[in-house]
Amino acid sequence: MGTDMTTKAPARRTYLNHQYGILSWLLTKDHKRIGLMYLAVVSLAFFLGGIFAAGIRLELTTPAGDMWSSDTYNKLFTMHGVAMVFFVLIPAVPAVIGNFVLPLMLGAKDVAFPKVNLISWYVFVIGFIITVSAMVFGGVDTGWTFYVPYTTAASDTNVMLTGIGVFVTGFSSILTGVNFMVTIHRMRAPGLTWFRLPLLVWALYATSLVQILGTPVVAITVLMLALERGLGFGIFDPRLGGDPVLFQHLFWFYSHPAVYIMILPPMGVISEVIACFSRKSVFGYSFVAFSSLAIAVFGFLIWAHHMFVAGISPYSAMVFSFLTFAVAIPSAVKTFNWTATLYQGAIWWKAPMFFVFGFIGLFLIGGLTGLFLASVGLDVHLHDTYFVVAHFHYIMVGGAIMGYFAGLHFYWPKMTGKMYNDAAAKVSAVLVFIGFNLTFFPQFILGYMGMPRRYHVYPEEWQVFNVLSTGGAAVLGLGYALPVIYFAWSLMKGEDAGENPWGATGLEWQTQSPPLPENFAGTPVVNEEAYDYSKREIKVA
Amino acid sequence: MVSGIPFFPAQASTMASQVDNLYFLILGVTAFFAVLVSVIVAIFAIKYRDDSGQKVGANIHGSIPLELGWSLIPFIIAMGIFAYSTSVFFQLVRPPAETLEIYSTGKRWMWRFQHIDGKAEINELHVPKGRPVRVTFTSEDVLHDLFIPAFRVKADAIPGRYSSLWFEATQTGEYHLFCAEYCGTKHSGMIGKVIVMEPNDYQAWLSGDTGMPMAQRGQQLFEQLSCVTCHLPDGKGRGPALAGVYNSKVDIVGGRDVVADDSYLRESILTPQMKMVAGYQPLMPTFQGLVNEEGVMSLIEYIKSLKAAPGAAPAAQAEAPAAVTTTAAERR
Repeated sequence: MGTDMTTKAPARRTYLNHQYGILSWLLTKDHKRIGLMYLAVVSLAFFLGGIFAAGIRLELTTPAGDMWSSDTYNKLFTMHGVAMVFFVLIPAVPAVIGNFVLPLMLGAKDVAFPKVNLISWYVFVIGFIITVSAMVFGGVDTGWTFYVPYTTAASDTNVMLTGIGVFVTGFSSILTGVNFMVTIHRMRAPGLTWFRLPLLVWALYATSLVQILGTPVVAITVLMLALERGLGFGIFDPRLGGDPVLFQHLFWFYSHPAVYIMILPPMGVISEVIACFSRKSVFGYSFVAFSSLAIAVFGFLIWAHHMFVAGISPYSAMVFSFLTFAVAIPSAVKTFNWTATLYQGAIWWKAPMFFVFGFIGLFLIGGLTGLFLASVGLDVHLHDTYFVVAHFHYIMVGGAIMGYFAGLHFYWPKMTGKMYNDAAAKVSAVLVFIGFNLTFFPQFILGYMGMPRRYHVYPEEWQVFNVLSTGGAAVLGLGYALPVIYFAWSLMKGEDAGENPWGATGLEWQTQSPPLPENFAGTPVVNEEAYDYSKREIKVA
Repeated sequence: MVSGIPFFPAQASTMASQVDNLYFLILGVTAFFAVLVSVIVAIFAIKYRDDSGQKVGANIHGSIPLELGWSLIPFIIAMGIFAYSTSVFFQLVRPPAETLEIYSTGKRWMWRFQHIDGKAEINELHVPKGRPVRVTFTSEDVLHDLFIPAFRVKADAIPGRYSSLWFEATQTGEYHLFCAEYCGTKHSGMIGKVIVMEPNDYQAWLSGDTGMPMAQRGQQLFEQLSCVTCHLPDGKGRGPALAGVYNSKVDIVGGRDVVADDSYLRESILTPQMKMVAGYQPLMPTFQGLVNEEGVMSLIEYIKSLKAAPGAAPAAQAEAPAAVTTTAAERR
């Protein structure tokens, strides 16, 4: 492998080596460098969130609360949620992979607003530092959902600081959304029409829509929390004349669509990887593309399915249940299309594809268990139990993180110009898949038996499933840690990747790896559909 | 309760088996699709494996009939599940006409249950088997949630308003009762048990060292708080007469009407200006802080016990003068 010009011309100019020094990174406007800078922060947040998760699982190994105090336990699950939701799941694919590949995919030199892109990163980092300092100086115990009146009237932890951190971080998300949307509209290479776009671009477009429309709502909601907690404005607390259910409406109006910020981009990655390693175009391209938009739009109409037992009217519950069932259909359509893409493919079993197989398995379970919760008659029993915990972890970790890992493994050679050990990466995918199922499948059973979420102490008869879950988490942790080793090894000793190690279509594979600072030597011209493998003679170095 | 490792919660109410049937139906449908797709993916992945990386796949772009098929068929199935689950839901939230009423308040970190006869208990709820029970509850501080897995019922306890749930127990025994909405330090300690008894045993339990019946306690409060000075029984007082008002339709200022249920009565005691009965001046002061949630529940129970005298028109039907100046900040 890697026998092309790279060995002959070692001093080749790339985005990584054309400038040196810490300032060349901190002041860069290069989307590729910014993507890697997001990778660093997101990885740190993932590590932090993982440590908190370990603290939760270790405590739950025994029914009694014998490891942490109740207050510490409550902080652990809160900080796990805050770190993972706002600093990993939401930015992972758009800000890391999206930043790196979007302009490459479009044949552009950069995003539309490179300076704004750098500002987004700084805003993100400032939000992260504020949130982490809230964690370091005492922590926060409200749950990542910040339900009132607990958050405004009862909690004596660092609610304000955490709120400010989340508020600030939101602006990074909005700015990235605007930037991507304008980039997709304005920066496409000649010939790259909308229906020739890679499906990841469609997914990022749909995600940007949600980021732009949804994030301001959560920012306003957090601001209202601060006004009530800090200045005694009566908005949510009934003792001040407010309404606690109003908070839930506002919070979920963003936070349900936020689930799609987390899952749509990984879905886009899956389309890229599955097309490449099946050597075929994605089955039903336009259905997959439009299902992303449908999910983004209809995702805004189903927030109250988080509130079926929160005192909303039964008729309103009925309507939201109906809409929730309806939004399940585009996700199902995507899954069927991916499956059909494999048909008569030439399926190359490389590591990124293993993550795709893992994604399909876990996303299937995550998506289908959503039907249990959409069923309002069943949700009354399941709401706020471990069934819900298991369900959303299957979507967000099993789905989103698996898709993120598929993307990292797919684009790693492009980002670094180096290959990693394929076998080691497959072991990681298998460990994650097994560990994940072992961790979260037992939680469905616990949930149906009635184990409420956020419980520090639980009845003894549920210990067996909790022990299984903790054991699974250890395997899962190992699966997530393994890439650190083989990626580091790849950076030091990996073989050169060449321009296109996977033989993939797409403009991002038609430039050197790592790419030039300006991405392409000239302006690329597109004259074919996305994933047009049939006409192509594939050469894998 | 259960020996060995339990896999499934006890079915101890009339609704439990209905909810479980729904659960198994959805489980069957979803397991079918999960297995179907997984098996197809596995077959394709193995059958079309080509590790040379040099070959290309077939030139297939899609199929409109297939797209329509796998959109419409899941949609129809989803609608079937939706209809079934919604019908179960309406049974879950609509109690039968005749229920045994129990009141409850949640506060950090305990549940207090108040039986009408006066008996009160903490973190334990005694109920008779074979009789529909409705629990009306609220929270005195933050959100809580009353959850009884063996009955498959759950509802948030929300400060400032009433929630209720109902069940009819079918098996004697002791069952878990949890707070399912995170409420701070000892959230996982806000638990208790429901004790389902044979009706005779329940009666015997009720009659042992009982407190004052709720309606009687409510009457005491009604006098202590001077409610009685305005709410005269003959309807000629400054406030409407209350006999027969419970669950009747009341015309309020602004030309609307409301049903005088528990929530309305509670609101009218604590924030009387919210929905004023038409035809009366906004004279009633708020009783917030003067009477606690349990006191309010006793007052409501007292009002419920006042039956309309035959022939006497309920005060609420009084004609609404057109020019009542309203200070009512109506909730929309």
